[in-house]
Amino acid sequence: MKYLDEYRNPQAISKIADEIARTASRPWTIMEVCGGQTHAIVKFGLEQLLPDDLELVHGPGCPVCVTSLAVIDRALDLAARPEVIFCSFGDMLRVPGSSRDLLSVKATGGDVRAVYSPLQAVKIAEDNPGREVVFFAIGFETTAPANAMAACLARRRGLRNFSLLVSHFLVPPAIEAICTAPDCRVQGFLAAGHVCAIMGYRQYLPLAERFRIPIVVTGFEPLDILEGILLCVRQLEQGHYGVENQYVRTVQEAGNARARQMVEEVFDVDNQDWRGVGAIPDSGLRLRPAYSQFDARLRFPNETTPPADDSGCISGEIMQGRRKPAECPYFAGRCRPEHPLGAPMVSTEGACAAYYRYRKAEIVDEH
Amino acid sequence: MCLGIPGQIEQVTDSAPLERSGVVRFGGICKQVNLAYVPEAGVGDYVIVHVGFAISRVDEAEARRVFDYLAEIGDLEHELGPAAPPAQHKEKGAEQ
Ligand code: SF4
Repeated sequence: MKYLDEYRNPQAISKIADEIARTASRPWTIMEVCGGQTHAIVKFGLEQLLPDDLELVHGPGCPVCVTSLAVIDRALDLAARPEVIFCSFGDMLRVPGSSRDLLSVKATGGDVRAVYSPLQAVKIAEDNPGREVVFFAIGFETTAPANAMAACLARRRGLRNFSLLVSHFLVPPAIEAICTAPDCRVQGFLAAGHVCAIMGYRQYLPLAERFRIPIVVTGFEPLDILEGILLCVRQLEQGHYGVENQYVRTVQEAGNARARQMVEEVFDVDNQDWRGVGAIPDSGLRLRPAYSQFDARLRFPNETTPPADDSGCISGEIMQGRRKPAECPYFAGRCRPEHPLGAPMVSTEGACAAYYRYRKAEIVDEH
Repeated sequence: MCLGIPGQIEQVTDSAPLERSGVVRFGGICKQVNLAYVPEAGVGDYVIVHVGFAISRVDEAEARRVFDYLAEIGDLEHELGPAAPPAQHKEKGAEQ
């Protein structure tokens, strides 16, 4: 497929890997923020192509993984209501809440439907005027324009039976939180290309400046990721700390103006709780008051105290780059894709799922 | 759910501002995609599609840039023997 295959060409990949090896004179630690990149790195074995002392640490950029337990439990509650059709991206269905997951709600009679686009949920609401349709609107900046459009179209079409359970996350405040952590080891970042396709990358300039850290906007194919690493290593070697754009074919400096306008119209910034990581100020989105009739939290009020996460899952450590999935005592033992203890074992962008799928044999050997 | 996949616009079917949509081909698979956020993209253009929405048009000239760079640091055809392929794993169909 065009724009995929050529970026997976083995000769081209090893050429960039060689260039990285020639450029790096010292150990460096680089974080790829986005789970999509983590998946590609593990799938294509990119770490094995890098110098031994160039470490990639995996960041928190998996919306399925960071959606808080309280929100998952709220989703489970809503999905179990007889009047509700609960629509969610498929990845979310097996994420464990405090006592069960959406699939088990479905198995006991809940009307839970996997959708690949929020517009499908809008359509389901139009086709089922007698039912309440709730869409689980999770995501980072990349997904926000799509979820915002669903709310906007529902309002235009006068839908009274559609609402969103919003769990949205913003990348720059997470980078800031990672950089201010006292034990931060990260020396450079690969920023998520598709987040920047929407938002542009001006937001990263003050971060690079303040933390004196290079940030390279990077795509998702092996060649993109290695080129992103190369640009980052070059900056590190030269003592630079700027924002660079590797993913020029897709990302413009100002992002996508129309998409940003739609996000602005529907959402405003809010504090957000990240599963395993904790609260980060101004790192989430909520519906603006003009859209409050589409807020599932207001439509189905339900005050419960959020439970404590006592599964033993160390996803927070993993998503802040402090530990690797293989260091989790439950990896491939009590925690497997068939019975996950934590979300990173479920999601396609989850680091644990990627390690399980592509590197389990080697890890289990080491143990 | 978070991936974005490149595909080629085959047809633009609805051009109302918010509902501009069309058919996008990903290898062998075609899907109806909302094109409201890429008003500049038309039939034949490549776009990145995420959860049913085109979020960006792929710039063809920029897409060649990395290959020009690779050509610069050495001719691809004149490797010292075959390069080791990266550890690739089989995967069914398109990812979503
Ligand atoms: S292996 Fe399972 S329990 Fe351990 S961090 Fe990953 S998801 Fe959590």
